[in-house]
Amino acid sequence: MTSRNLLRIALLASSMLAAAAAANAKSLVYCSEGSPENFSPSMNTTGTSLDAARPVYNKLVQFAPGTTEPKPALAESYDITDGGKTITFHLRKGVKFHSGVNGFTPSRDLNADDVIWSFERMWKAEHPYAKVSGGAYDYFNDMGMPDLLDSITKSDDLTVVMKLKEPNAPIIANLAMDFATIHSAEYAKFLMDKGTPEQFDQIPVGTGSFSFVDYQKDAVIRYKAFDGWAGKPKVDDLIFAITPDPTARYAKLKANECQIMIAPNPADLEAMGKDADVNLMQQAGLNIGYLSMNTTKPPFDKLEVRQALAMAIDRDSILKEVYQGAGQKAKNPIPPTMWSYDDSTVDFEYNPEKAKEMLAAAGVKDLQTDLWWMPVQRPYNPNAKRMAEMMQADLAKVGITATLVSYEWGEYRKRLQAGEHQLGLLGWTGDNGDPDNFFFLAGCDKDGKPAAQNLGKLCDAKFNEDMMKARSITDTAERTKIYQEMQKIHHDQVMWLNIAHSTVFEPTRKSVSGYKISPFGAHEFQDVDVAE
Amino acid sequence: MFRFLLKRLALTIPTFLALMFITFVMIRLVPGDPVEARRGERGISPERHAQLLHEMGLDQPVWKQFVDYAGNIAQGDFGTSIISKTPVLHEFLTLFPATLELTLCAMLFASLIGIPAGVFAAARRGGVYDQTLMGVALTGYSMPIFWWGLILILVMSNTLGLTPVSGRVDLIKFYYQPVTGFALIDSLLSGQKGAFWDAVRHLILPSIVLGTVPLAVIARMTRSAMLEVLEEDYVRTARAKGLSMRRVIGLHALRNALIPVITSIGLQVGTLLAGAVLTETIFSWPGVGKWLIESIGRRDYPALQGGIMLIAACVIIVNLGVDMLYGLINPRIRHGK
Repeated sequence: MTSRNLLRIALLASSMLAAAAAANAKSLVYCSEGSPENFSPSMNTTGTSLDAARPVYNKLVQFAPGTTEPKPALAESYDITDGGKTITFHLRKGVKFHSGVNGFTPSRDLNADDVIWSFERMWKAEHPYAKVSGGAYDYFNDMGMPDLLDSITKSDDLTVVMKLKEPNAPIIANLAMDFATIHSAEYAKFLMDKGTPEQFDQIPVGTGSFSFVDYQKDAVIRYKAFDGWAGKPKVDDLIFAITPDPTARYAKLKANECQIMIAPNPADLEAMGKDADVNLMQQAGLNIGYLSMNTTKPPFDKLEVRQALAMAIDRDSILKEVYQGAGQKAKNPIPPTMWSYDDSTVDFEYNPEKAKEMLAAAGVKDLQTDLWWMPVQRPYNPNAKRMAEMMQADLAKVGITATLVSYEWGEYRKRLQAGEHQLGLLGWTGDNGDPDNFFFLAGCDKDGKPAAQNLGKLCDAKFNEDMMKARSITDTAERTKIYQEMQKIHHDQVMWLNIAHSTVFEPTRKSVSGYKISPFGAHEFQDVDVAE
Repeated sequence: MFRFLLKRLALTIPTFLALMFITFVMIRLVPGDPVEARRGERGISPERHAQLLHEMGLDQPVWKQFVDYAGNIAQGDFGTSIISKTPVLHEFLTLFPATLELTLCAMLFASLIGIPAGVFAAARRGGVYDQTLMGVALTGYSMPIFWWGLILILVMSNTLGLTPVSGRVDLIKFYYQPVTGFALIDSLLSGQKGAFWDAVRHLILPSIVLGTVPLAVIARMTRSAMLEVLEEDYVRTARAKGLSMRRVIGLHALRNALIPVITSIGLQVGTLLAGAVLTETIFSWPGVGKWLIESIGRRDYPALQGGIMLIAACVIIVNLGVDMLYGLINPRIRHGK
């Protein structure tokens, strides 16, 4: 009998066994929207890819489901010493890696080597896996980790010491992000010895609640429950049914072909709300949609003009028309669910008459401007074109002629970040629940040069100084005070015009219990149960 | 016949070269690049942007990139996807069977209904049946695919519960590794009871949706070809000899009328191979159309270039097949007369 025939028989037998097991297993099907780029969160930036890897992995600290609060995970505790410059992580004992995936059987539990290996892959160019699968570690770099890290060492097998070059308060929240996932150094070596290191990013092995079973591009990802350190999940099989069209996802949900779905079509929300089988979950989004005013282009360098614009735009109508009521008007750059939110900020009132007077007082007459709108739907802005049209009409009422401009999405961001616009729409969805993760958008570097993401190109010295200071202290009460002061500066300087924080919707079958909406748009299934 | 085939094959070489060049240039004329496409709202410094482009080899002059690419293609290397880091050929071969299966089923559906419908319409020219059929065919031809797919899902799956909504197999009941990539064959190979029928059920709606426009084209084409043939002298002679209309149509007219219909079917298959993207999106069908569209969005140059070349190869093969079939049916073409 040839080896090919043997393989076929083995496949057949395993299929039959799987089918028999499937009859008794409890399965949860999640309708996801696309295929992951790979299964290594350190290299990914898209929610689709991060969602696909998350069931398999853990981090040292993780956000408690449905919250922005980092909790101990693979590290059962940590100490911050040396004025915030040293963090000592005490790893959990007896944490098992998945066994039997891709022919790998771990010979040991998680230890400090795995933690060091995972960070050094992103950090050190000489790491054996640094260049495997392209080696672009966007999040690690974007979060400023190379500049921040001084060393990562172990003092024993279960203790990792991370030294920073300077104190950094958001570091714990940053380490709860997916890029800081902990991998198995032993699995990496196993694949390197086999000569197939690229499989490391395609066939994942971790410590998470589900172990990887199979992935068929554009069709399905399968996982099975893993009885690890966090306990066994409530379902036996987790299946991602890749379903790109939102209306088709809803049809699948209705037909019980999946029990949870991502990103409903806004047009379906009303029907979902009335559907007897569907539980339309919703939560205030950790996001902000805003209008940037480029202060390098006159007359937007004048504060009075920015203030006049803030009063000329009828945001209540935008909220009603564009967000269909599913959001709330924003008066601060951070959402109200975030700690340090300053509710005492007095928002700009809609007052076109006063706006006209202010423009006249600033010597602005017959102003011609561009107004850029994003060509895509984003969580913080469901319809940028409609929003821009409404703004255009509002601006016309105060004598400003706005020409609408748009580009292909990548090009749009590039040109906006290069400061080619006068007025431009964009927004942000939080990564980690720390206010710094929003304020940095209006920040500048140490030399007072606006960062690429600072679209208004305004560098307020006090705002920047506060931002740096808040990063360097760990006392939350003190940081809150600083962030509230920054919100005041942001408002007074009209660093951008806050428009809205949108509401996030996630439909599930009524049979689903234990599912929580993540403020970051993550999808987690550890605690989810399904009754049918 | 062999010379005919060689001649046809030789003609495909310049087509390939032109296509390779056009694809290569066109995708680079589209604004943005793979680094930009990966970024979210977070900015990227020009230095880091340049560094990432350098790592991908995209900072080289375009002519050099093209020469390298053409050299690799000549050796059968279609490159590696920038996004998934897997060889383009591997990705294509994983996804192509799904597209081919869907296309063949759609064409089977379109031909089985379209040809008889066209023949009947021609036989009853000008009658109510003819008028109705041509009206329906025109509607089918103008049908917006996305709308049609969603309507069918709503009625057939959600309201009547007759067919599954999307996908290729019931993910909870069945699990098997793809061996050939064709759901109908893999479900049979799996040996799991009910898997084949489940795969058939999953193919019904996408085949109808993808086959609707070709059905309309085939029906109209068959009708007009039949009408032309029915005017021929040999048909009149056959009728004069006392043969029944059914026999005249079935035995004499249809064979000749089918020549342009077969050509049309061949062209339609070519179009569907790359053009099934809407159907693939609605029905979560893991085919090459959707993959190519996503490659454009992500500026995955190797995937897009390689994918187009490989699809072009398939289309050329199909057209070659049609030409040969045509040559078999009509010897004058074979001999270049």
